[in-house]
Order: sequence, then structure tokens, then C-alpha cells
Amino acid sequence: MLTLTCPYCGVQAEETELAPGGEAHLKRIGPAGTAEEFEGYLFARKNIKGVHFERWRHAYGCGKWFLAARDTQTMQVFGTYRAQTPHATDDIVGNARQARPEWVPDWPQASEAVVG
Amino acid sequence: MPIQRSGRYSIFAIARQAMGQHQGWTRAWASPEPRDRYKVVIVGAGGHGLATAYYLGKNFGITDVAVIEKGWLGGGNTGRNTTIIRSNYLQDPSAAIYDKALKLYENLSQDLNYNVMFSPRGLIMLAQTEHEVRGYKRTVYANTLQGVATEWIEPERVKQLVPIINIEGPRYPVLGGLYQARGGTARHDAVAWGYARACSDMGMHVIQNCEVTGIETANGQVQAVNTARGRIACDKLALVVAGHSSQLAEMAGFRLPIESVPLQAIVSEPIKPCMDVVVMANTVHGYMSQSDKGEMVIGGGTDSYNAFTQRGSWHHIEETVRALIETFPMISRLKMLRQWGGIVDMTGDRSPILSATPVGGIFVNCGWGTGGFKAIPGSGWAMAELVANGRPGPLAAAFGLNRFREGRFVDESVAAGVAH
Repeated sequence: MLTLTCPYCGVQAEETELAPGGEAHLKRIGPAGTAEEFEGYLFARKNIKGVHFERWRHAYGCGKWFLAARDTQTMQVFGTYRAQTPHATDDIVGNARQARPEWVPDWPQASEAVVG
Repeated sequence: MPIQRSGRYSIFAIARQAMGQHQGWTRAWASPEPRDRYKVVIVGAGGHGLATAYYLGKNFGITDVAVIEKGWLGGGNTGRNTTIIRSNYLQDPSAAIYDKALKLYENLSQDLNYNVMFSPRGLIMLAQTEHEVRGYKRTVYANTLQGVATEWIEPERVKQLVPIINIEGPRYPVLGGLYQARGGTARHDAVAWGYARACSDMGMHVIQNCEVTGIETANGQVQAVNTARGRIACDKLALVVAGHSSQLAEMAGFRLPIESVPLQAIVSEPIKPCMDVVVMANTVHGYMSQSDKGEMVIGGGTDSYNAFTQRGSWHHIEETVRALIETFPMISRLKMLRQWGGIVDMTGDRSPILSATPVGGIFVNCGWGTGGFKAIPGSGWAMAELVANGRPGPLAAAFGLNRFREGRFVDESVAAGVAH
């Protein structure tokens, strides 16, 4: 059974205690966005086979939303982090790179941070 | 175009082969080396991909076709589902394509000259909450208008059709059911094998162990697919790969409104015939039928997070079995023989996508989610029309990718979005 550690209350929660919330770090498109951008925000998903960042809620615990990095193919969990974080933390990126050396974060500054 | 079949199966063929100790049977389909170029390349030799190829040949005379497959033929969701066939859908476009599929299933064994063991044994969807009672009655009215024969039945009739059922609860008493007498099951492997044989007989190439590693495009037009067995050029490319649609789309440079999740099923030890209808209980996320071998075939709910593991979460089995034991008390001491998962491709409105794509010459057939097996012949029929003409026919028209931008959903997600 999938087990994630809630970064707020520290409880190691089994998946029956959690509610999944889909892909993380989606950029909300406001009224100024185009129809294509809004469609992308609402429906288009990366649906990664590999390192996946996703939202979870500790539904039957502290009730807070948090984020998790997980491998959708091997079910390995690389770590969890707070929902207010713009990207996965360096240690999580490190864990993911260790399991999948070919994987590169798709946000700008992270790759240098990991090497350092 | 007349279709030439080598070695037609019949009672005379069996008698003839019996004389020779059954040593003379040939392979049902050829395993050729891929050529450099085909007019149409279909990725995915599951039911939907093979049916697309078959109707391209049968309805449009296009036989310069290769169906390429990463693993083995029908080894994905085609061989992993619970084989339920029905067409009792709420929305008109869904009812049209699923009922087309059901009608084709009714004659598929004759059409393919291959016994797909279609068994129209009837199908009941149990209503176990007031909400479901209203929902299913609405579906019956919609089906009446669509010309799909379904009926609302009271609990007594449910008990009559399924003597082993417990209609009295305690958690979820059976309040009635949506009954489709024409619904039933078929042998899932045989559907893939039958289509593969028919395609091979038309001169098409069915190529297994041929994983796609890249898609070449130029000026917004598809050129070729790179595979584990070399580069294959094509005029048109159809992606019919269910759970891996997003990965193939990424190779071609576009995204799909698809998320892949595991859906699992379990099968019990074989027992004597005890249930000759298919029963679906959507409130408690379980459905059950008895196979010809006597096994109880049980399907459950999907995992609610993305994964490609083909096994699924353990607690879903517990939920499913717990619910079914309440509904069918006699199965409580059955041993389960096998458990497995398939990766299903879920769309936001729980309806499929049969569509042209942003890349010229590439077409997708995906998003069948948890209910693709029942649609195979209708899906192939509509997809062949789309690929051959470059634009959708009446069956596929409502299922284009643009519906997500335009807000024209074919909303079949019901309350829980499962057991579709």
C-alpha cells in the first residue's frame, strides 16, 4: 500500500487516509489567458510515466494539502513537501535523480542546485 | 473488396483435420518482418487497433496497413478486462457508438469466421440508492428515445433473474435495476485473435514485439515511426494505445487530456453455474459475472492516482470483495485465483477520444477508460472511417479533441466516475 509522510503533521499515512488531488504545480490561467491556455490548465496533463509531482490531502488526518514526488512506474516515493513550495526540494530531486539518472527537472534553476 | 480467407474454420475443416490427427492446422496469422513503408500504421494491437485495421480493409479497401505492438497481441487491456458488453449509456453519442459495437458483436463470430463466444446473457446494473434509482430510470427513458432496448426492473425481478443475490441489504438494499437483455460477455482474447487473423488474411501486417521509440514529423505532417525493429514510414498514423496515449502523443509533440490509472480485476476458483447474467453494482464498486469455465469474474474500482503498475492498490480489492459478499453471500468462501490490473486512460468527461490531432496524418483513438472492451467493434468502425476519410463520420463526430476547448462534453462520468 502506498504510504506518504504528511509534511505538516509528520504522520506516515497510508493511501486510505489520503485523498489524491492530481498533478501538482499547475499554473492557473486567469481571464486574460487564451482558450488554448485555459484548456491546457483544465484538461491537458503530463501523465508522466516516471517522476510525477502530485497533490494529496491528508483527508483523515490533519486535513492539509501537500505535494508528493512519486514514480508512477515503480511506485517509489521520492519525498513529500509543503503545498506552498514552488518546486520540489533539492533532496527530493536528488532522490529522483538517483532512481532515474536520465530524469531532468523541468524547472529552470533546479539542475544547478542539485549538482552543487 | 472480397476478402480471401485462407483455411476457413468450419465443422468440415475440423472433420478434415481430424483425419490427419490435427497436425495440419496453420497459424492463425502471419508474423512478417516490417516493410519500410505502409499507407497506414496503427500503433497498438489490442482490440481497438486491430478492429480499426479490419474495418479499414473491409469498409474502405485499404489493406496497406501495419498494426505494430510493443508486447504481444491483446496483452494490454484487451486481455485484462472483465469482458462485459452493454450499450445502456445516457448520452446520445455514447449510445450510438456503443450500440453500434453491440450490434457488430452480435454477428462478429460469423463476420470474422472466429468464435468470439459472444454471450448475450443479459446485464443488470443494480440501483442501491434513491439517487441511482432516479439516474437509471432517466437512462431507461433516454435509451427508449435512442432506440436501445433497456428496461427498469423491480427488486423482485432482480431476485428472479439472479437467485443468488441478497436484495435486502443491510447497507445497500437492492431497490431495482437497469436491465439490458441484449448485454452480456464475450471471450476477450478471441476478439483480438479473430481480428488479427482476419487482418492477416487481408494481407495486412500484424507485428508484435515492435515498440515505438519515436515519431518523425516534418512541416506538421507525420513522416514515420521509429521502432525497435527499424524505421517505418507511413502516410497516416493511428495511435490506439490506451494507457500509454500520453507517452505516444508526447513523441509526436502534443498533449492529451488523459490520465492513466490502474483498474483491477480478480477471478475466483471455478464453481458450478450459479449466475447467468452480468451484475454491476456501481454504488459499492463491484461487478461480477460467471465465465464459461465457471470462474466468478470480478471487477472493481480504479485507483484514484496516476500509475502504470498494472496491479493496482490492495485496498480496492478489499472494498470490492466486501461489497460483493454483502450482495452475493454465497461467494464468501470462494478462493480467488488471480488478480491483475490494466492501465486505463481516463478523460475528464469519461468519454473516449476519436480525433485528428495537431499533427497532420496522426489520429488518436483513446480515452475509453474503464469501458473499452464493449466498444471494440464500434470504435474500430468509427476510427477506420476517420483515418480513411481524414474526418470523422457520424459515430466519431462528438468525440473530437476540440470538445475540451469548446466545452461540448459527452458527460458519462455519473456520480462516482467508475464501473463504466
